Amino acid sequence: MQFMLIFAEPLSDIARQKDPKEGPKLMGAWRDYIGSMMQAGVMVNGDGLQPPETATTVRMRNGRREVQDGPYCDAKEYLGGYVTLDVDDLDAAITWAEKSPAAEYGSVEIRPVMMNATG
Amino acid sequence: MSGEGAHQAAEAAARQSYGRLLSIITARTRDVAAAENALAEAFARALEAWPNTGVPDSPEAWLITTARRVAGHDVRRAATRSGAAGAVEILYEEMEAREMSDFPDDRLKLLFACAHPAIDPAARTPLMLQTVLGLTAEAIGRAFLIPGPSMGQRLVRAKTRLRDAGIPFRTPDASDLPDRLEDVLSAIYAAFGTGWDMVDGGEAGAGLTQEALYLGRLVMEMLPDEPEPKGLLSLMLYCEARRPARRSVTGAYVPLSEQPRDLWLDELVIEAEALLSEASKAGRFGRFQTEAAIQSVHMQTKAGEASNPSALAALYDLLAARRPSVGALIGRALAHASLNDATVGLQLLDEIPSELAASYQPYWAARLHLAKKAADPSAPDLLQTTLSLTTDPAARDYLLALYAAPS
Repeated sequence: MQFMLIFAEPLSDIARQKDPKEGPKLMGAWRDYIGSMMQAGVMVNGDGLQPPETATTVRMRNGRREVQDGPYCDAKEYLGGYVTLDVDDLDAAITWAEKSPAAEYGSVEIRPVMMNATG
Repeated sequence: MSGEGAHQAAEAAARQSYGRLLSIITARTRDVAAAENALAEAFARALEAWPNTGVPDSPEAWLITTARRVAGHDVRRAATRSGAAGAVEILYEEMEAREMSDFPDDRLKLLFACAHPAIDPAARTPLMLQTVLGLTAEAIGRAFLIPGPSMGQRLVRAKTRLRDAGIPFRTPDASDLPDRLEDVLSAIYAAFGTGWDMVDGGEAGAGLTQEALYLGRLVMEMLPDEPEPKGLLSLMLYCEARRPARRSVTGAYVPLSEQPRDLWLDELVIEAEALLSEASKAGRFGRFQTEAAIQSVHMQTKAGEASNPSALAALYDLLAARRPSVGALIGRALAHASLNDATVGLQLLDEIPSELAASYQPYWAARLHLAKKAADPSAPDLLQTTLSLTTDPAARDYLLALYAAPS
């Protein structure tokens, strides 16, 4: 069964990522985490995303395109990245989610992937 | 066997077979709602027929055959053939070749799925009662003081999650088992507590405590090496043993310390003691074993005497350190008050976070009791607060008689 783990990170953490000492440590933790999922053969795909200030949001309203500077919603947490895993069940997905650096300082949302849509 | 006894036996057999079949189908399809639909009519017919005809030799085969016949015309139409109807068909064929006892009992897997941490805690107990025992949303709603339709919605939502969220139907690994088992046992205990609180609620309340005892026994039989299911069953039996003594002949509230000991049900006390001593052989701390041990201390106390305060204080200290629920912290305060004096108890009550205590009746009742003992001037205000949170009329009368009288 496929699950997407959606990593929500607090906005306050962006400063930490840019910190010359903390930043590399955090990146290392993510590299180790992704590496362990690849090694276990559970990872289908995944990406880390640039911070929310780089986001552009597009909506079609009355046939007109509206382009907005910024993410689709302002929140205290932002979407930092995601991975899609192929594992037995929710328990296995939870076990992977709890190991992610985001679980320590943000949160991880787990969503089953709609399989008929993706084949 | 009396008419009523035969009726109860038939109903128990129907519920047991229903739960077994539902869990076998659900373990294959993950779809509780569809399995319920497939079995509902057959189960209703069993509840109607068996009290008159007697329980058939193979109750499960009876149910499956009936379910298949009811769904017959649907099954033939491929478009409407649900996963559960398909599973009924497969089970029907398999049962021709195998005895029911060859099928694994999947009810434990279903209980673990119902009490999964990804299921809303408020839905776990109702979900168990519905899936394993076949109780209706109406009946469950009545027991939990929630309108039937609202309980129905809560159950529908939980079943959708069981089907779609990827929640496994299996017994957890050894590393997860203690935590997950505590969730299952807590949900069973919640059913017991709800039934226990409906002391004047007649059949609905007594029925729910019986269902909880049934589920408790089921988990214990399926996990014979685990001490906590024994602890929970022991705890529930100790309480159940006191049921006939909780009210006087006029319906007045009788506190534990004053209950006539000869009204207690010895048979249940003996079973509870045996279970607790069996559980303790594992040598592992458990919340339910500790709570059962606390009840055991109370049950060994003569009427009119105070229960052994140092034993209670030690047990509550253990519980407060390992599982600091608000109930455990209140019990601890009361135990230390009888061991030392009321002011020590009041200090311990002060340490309980107010958001946990504010609307919890036992907290205010404990506070009132200790304030009165310590001759604290706040007692009259505490009586008002306690009464405003006391819903049981007999308990209100008792509190008024005890504390409102001029001292």
